[in-house]
Amino acid sequence: MTPPPSAPTGTFGPMERDLRALAVGIVPEIARLDDAGWRAVATVVEEALASRPAPLRRKLLLFVRVLGWISVARYAARPASLDAVRLGRLLASVERSRLLLLRRGFWGLRTLVFMGYWTRPESAAAIGYRARPEGWEARR
Amino acid sequence: MNERDYDVVVVGSGAGGGTVAQALAPMVADGLRVALFEKGPRLRDDEFTGREIEMASALYEDGGGFLTADGTLTLALGSAYGGSTVVYTGTSLTAPERVIRGWGVPGLDHADVVARSRRYADENNVHLLPDDEINDNNRLFVEGCRGAGYAAEQFPINVKGCLGSSLCNLGCPNAAKQGTNRVQLPRAEALGVEVVTRAEVLRVEERALVVRVHDEPQGAKGLPSEWAPGDYRVRARIVVLAAGAVGTPALLLRSALPGLPARVGEGFTCHPAHILVAEHAREITNDVGHPKSYYLDRAEDEGFILETCMYFPFTTAKNLVGFGEAHSRFMNAFRRLQMILVLACDHATPGNRVAIDRDGRAVVHYRFTPDVVRSLVRATRASARIFFAAGAVRVHAPSADPPCLEVSDAARIDERVSERHFLPGRTSVSAAHPMGGCGMGRDAGDSVTDAWGRVHGLPWLRIADASLFPDSLEINPYLSIMALADRVAEAVRAEATR
Repeated sequence: MTPPPSAPTGTFGPMERDLRALAVGIVPEIARLDDAGWRAVATVVEEALASRPAPLRRKLLLFVRVLGWISVARYAARPASLDAVRLGRLLASVERSRLLLLRRGFWGLRTLVFMGYWTRPESAAAIGYRARPEGWEARR
Repeated sequence: MNERDYDVVVVGSGAGGGTVAQALAPMVADGLRVALFEKGPRLRDDEFTGREIEMASALYEDGGGFLTADGTLTLALGSAYGGSTVVYTGTSLTAPERVIRGWGVPGLDHADVVARSRRYADENNVHLLPDDEINDNNRLFVEGCRGAGYAAEQFPINVKGCLGSSLCNLGCPNAAKQGTNRVQLPRAEALGVEVVTRAEVLRVEERALVVRVHDEPQGAKGLPSEWAPGDYRVRARIVVLAAGAVGTPALLLRSALPGLPARVGEGFTCHPAHILVAEHAREITNDVGHPKSYYLDRAEDEGFILETCMYFPFTTAKNLVGFGEAHSRFMNAFRRLQMILVLACDHATPGNRVAIDRDGRAVVHYRFTPDVVRSLVRATRASARIFFAAGAVRVHAPSADPPCLEVSDAARIDERVSERHFLPGRTSVSAAHPMGGCGMGRDAGDSVTDAWGRVHGLPWLRIADASLFPDSLEINPYLSIMALADRVAEAVRAEATR
């Protein structure tokens, strides 16, 4: 489940490795993407953040950093080094946190990861999504 | 600053603004000068591609991800030539008599709302789809309702030449949906109403607007604005605001007009909704055909409405609770998914309101009341029964923990689906029916406008959108918005001819 060591450092800087690991925990299929595939996911996330107020990007990066701290405190390892089980537990703990702030943070992170992955035509095709402007005509 | 003069200016081009523009258009030939300002772009027909991310970015405020202040509710707000009528499914219901009576607005009569709604239903080609255009996703809802002891009803919808793309919420790629972008606005423009897109109204002044016309962003969809980019002061005898139940109150609040009623922004409701999915053992037709053909109205008895729906991969993923393998399992069953949208009939509640931040941007404060949570849970339980009665093998229920019900859970749905599992910030809730914020009523003590959309104390200022609703409408709102906007236009016509 750990992303490959060659994972490039993109515009998310030193947090990109943790971000990629967290993304795999949210959408396991991301583990099967090569670096170019991951960059495509990250690019959608970056573009979404670029179109929103600047504080949103800072909040995302802060939340990834906080998850890193929680991970180190709980497992003595950064998210990029966790196995699938511990990564899942880490994410579940923030998803169900008593603190709305953490739940919101996770909500934002998963939304961006879903956006990055599920808006790719390849991802839609992989699950058999076939909607076309031609509608019924395209099926007959 | 550039200066322009009109007799009537309208802000917003959705169900309200489009209706007002068309209703006033015949008077242009007699010399009435009418302009309409729309913040969003005017897309060419070939730009409606049905691709999720690019259409969401082009047609929705914040790409469809406008969040309430505490981040627990997502609002879908259309922003384009045609407003939200570009991105809805065309469902066309008339307001229930009990709701209009319950609003208690002096001078607002249900029969009048119905008569005007019917006129727009005719104009927009509202009809029932024939059986052979109904997909499995909708048929299973009808069968499931029958099996669970409910009677589903068919939505009248406003399409002409529908090919069944299922892409209504991304803007019809076939120009079939009869939103204001296809009917009222083109007619208004043909008669001489000036429509200016990419025109953000910064504030309202005494009988004037301050408008900023934006350049076309690099690479963005849509035509350039009809006016040169820059700031304009646009004077008018009458100003009609129809920027929606978030946009209109926010615009008024940042304008800080002397004499503005204190209740601006109050009374916001929105039909908070879950998207529920269920997995069948076999493939069904779901992502082809009109997505929202049937509904179950339990508003009066149980405070909810169920509607068929079909969303796109990202929207679906976002609205399922959870992550990881369990989440992916539902996503990978996409061809076998049946979907139901559950809407809670919320009510105007102190604290749920539209405000503005220090930069004048809209901020929506919204808390889920216990009644709303109860309605969502009741609706989820009913949907689970309907799904299983239709033959589903697994149901995703956001108010269950874990959020997956197997067939073996069918006998204990009430136990599994519970209010105690509703956790704001974790449980996905979205809304596409923003209402209220400039409610109609008797006077400035209890409302913002009278029954004809005239703002109390500021007779030159009118409201003509869903912000007029004093409380939830409890059905899909677009025809009722048109009916109320038609009343506003009638009052404007009467005054403009004096």
